[in-house]
Amino acid sequence: MDTPLVLKILYSLISLAVITIWGLSLGGIVRKIYARVQGRIGPPFWQPFIDIIKTYGKRTAVTHGIMFFLGPVFRIAGGIGTYLFIPAILGSTIFSNFSVSGDVLLVMYFIFFGQLGMALGAGESGHPYSAIGVARGLAQMTAFEVPFALSIIAIVIQYHTLNITTIVLAQQGSILNWTLFTNPLATIAALIALLGMNMHNPFSVVLAPQEIPIGPPTEFHGSYLALMQTNRGIFNAAKLVLYMNLFFGGATNIFALIIKTFSIYMISVVVGVSFPRFRTDQSIKFFLFVPTLIALLAIIILVL
Amino acid sequence: MKKDNRLLPNKDMPDFERDYFCDAHPETVKPLKGFIEKFLNWARANSLWILGFGTGCGAIELRPLMTARFDMFRYGMAPRPTPRQSCVFVIGGYASIKTLKRIVRSYEQIQAPKFVLALGSCTINGGMYFDSYNTINRIDHYIPVDAYVTGCMPRPEAIIAGLRKLQELIKQGKAEKANEYIENFEWYKANQKKVIKDWNMPDYNW
Repeated sequence: MDTPLVLKILYSLISLAVITIWGLSLGGIVRKIYARVQGRIGPPFWQPFIDIIKTYGKRTAVTHGIMFFLGPVFRIAGGIGTYLFIPAILGSTIFSNFSVSGDVLLVMYFIFFGQLGMALGAGESGHPYSAIGVARGLAQMTAFEVPFALSIIAIVIQYHTLNITTIVLAQQGSILNWTLFTNPLATIAALIALLGMNMHNPFSVVLAPQEIPIGPPTEFHGSYLALMQTNRGIFNAAKLVLYMNLFFGGATNIFALIIKTFSIYMISVVVGVSFPRFRTDQSIKFFLFVPTLIALLAIIILVL
Repeated sequence: MKKDNRLLPNKDMPDFERDYFCDAHPETVKPLKGFIEKFLNWARANSLWILGFGTGCGAIELRPLMTARFDMFRYGMAPRPTPRQSCVFVIGGYASIKTLKRIVRSYEQIQAPKFVLALGSCTINGGMYFDSYNTINRIDHYIPVDAYVTGCMPRPEAIIAGLRKLQELIKQGKAEKANEYIENFEWYKANQKKVIKDWNMPDYNW
């Protein structure tokens, strides 16, 4: 564990690059799967990379003020921050990141942080659809944070630690040691919260394509948008890695990481293609009722 | 008091609110040299984001492009809901003067490099509306056009062929009309102001 700091930063950069590539490819693969399900050929799975190169290559840009600049920066800081404090692969020097320096509370804070920064940036753009999207996003996020936080509390009670590495270590040995089997109620509540976090269909009211054109990022373009697209890859993968660590026994090699994150992501994709969109008030009511009760039950059972 | 439509909406705005508008004169941005520009052009050609704004009856032919039968996504094209993020503006046939105002505004809000694809004979010579009092005859007097698709109306296959042609032009570096628009800015503005009577917007709103 006595790796020099410079080497550690280099390792983290490698790990960040790998997770960015995997997160973006994941988005592309899912778009390909959608297309094949609908009987189309679909874009190639590297389409997100081309899109990002193109948006970085825009020649002109407009600004609406300082927060407009900082919004996407906060967003990507939130994504990178979330990832850097999670051990991506257990026991690997390169992929353990800075997990010894932070715990699950810090990661939860970072998940929230990017959204808040984005809200400020989108607010300054002055577009009415941005304001609507931000209001919906923050309301919905506050709602799904409740079951998510409660299930995290359940896990913390179960393992008596806030350290993610320790939580992963406790799940090693057998598949039956995973939190999925030792604490199924907390897992279910957290997975429902993940649906809201991923903003796939029942909870897609924030971006709401076809309704409010694209929600908060309506005015963002060029490099601003490219930063947000990059963050979509990092943040998505980081959330999946967090869930894998907390509930699905972590990963000991990169193939396990890829298979597990892909499977977890497919849960929200399958739910996304099967259900229509909730209104904001419906999704808030939903999150504050069933998943919250399940998570509370998980805590009560553990305490008893 | 009668409202003067020729006044800009941000005329009496305090300075801190003026950044919602930008009425500065645009400047041309020259393309980069060598392989970097070639690489960027390749990316631009393979990621055409189409502004989802139906400007005429031809816009109805854009919808089938998203379906399984025509599937434009396989070429990296996708509809995009806001002009800020898109790069291809499809003029769907005839443009009435009222629409032309919106076309100009949306076109200027798209960030360079931007491309225009014009559908149908109406955009070339007015088509069946050639003597109408409220449509314009040639769209390229008002905004520069990169590629035309002829027909009344062109089938979705023809539109895909037009978009593929546009991709070729971009890859060859020949789709630099955004800079041409700025070089001939006065000419385009004079043409636009000749037909748009209620000009209550900045001369260049980006």
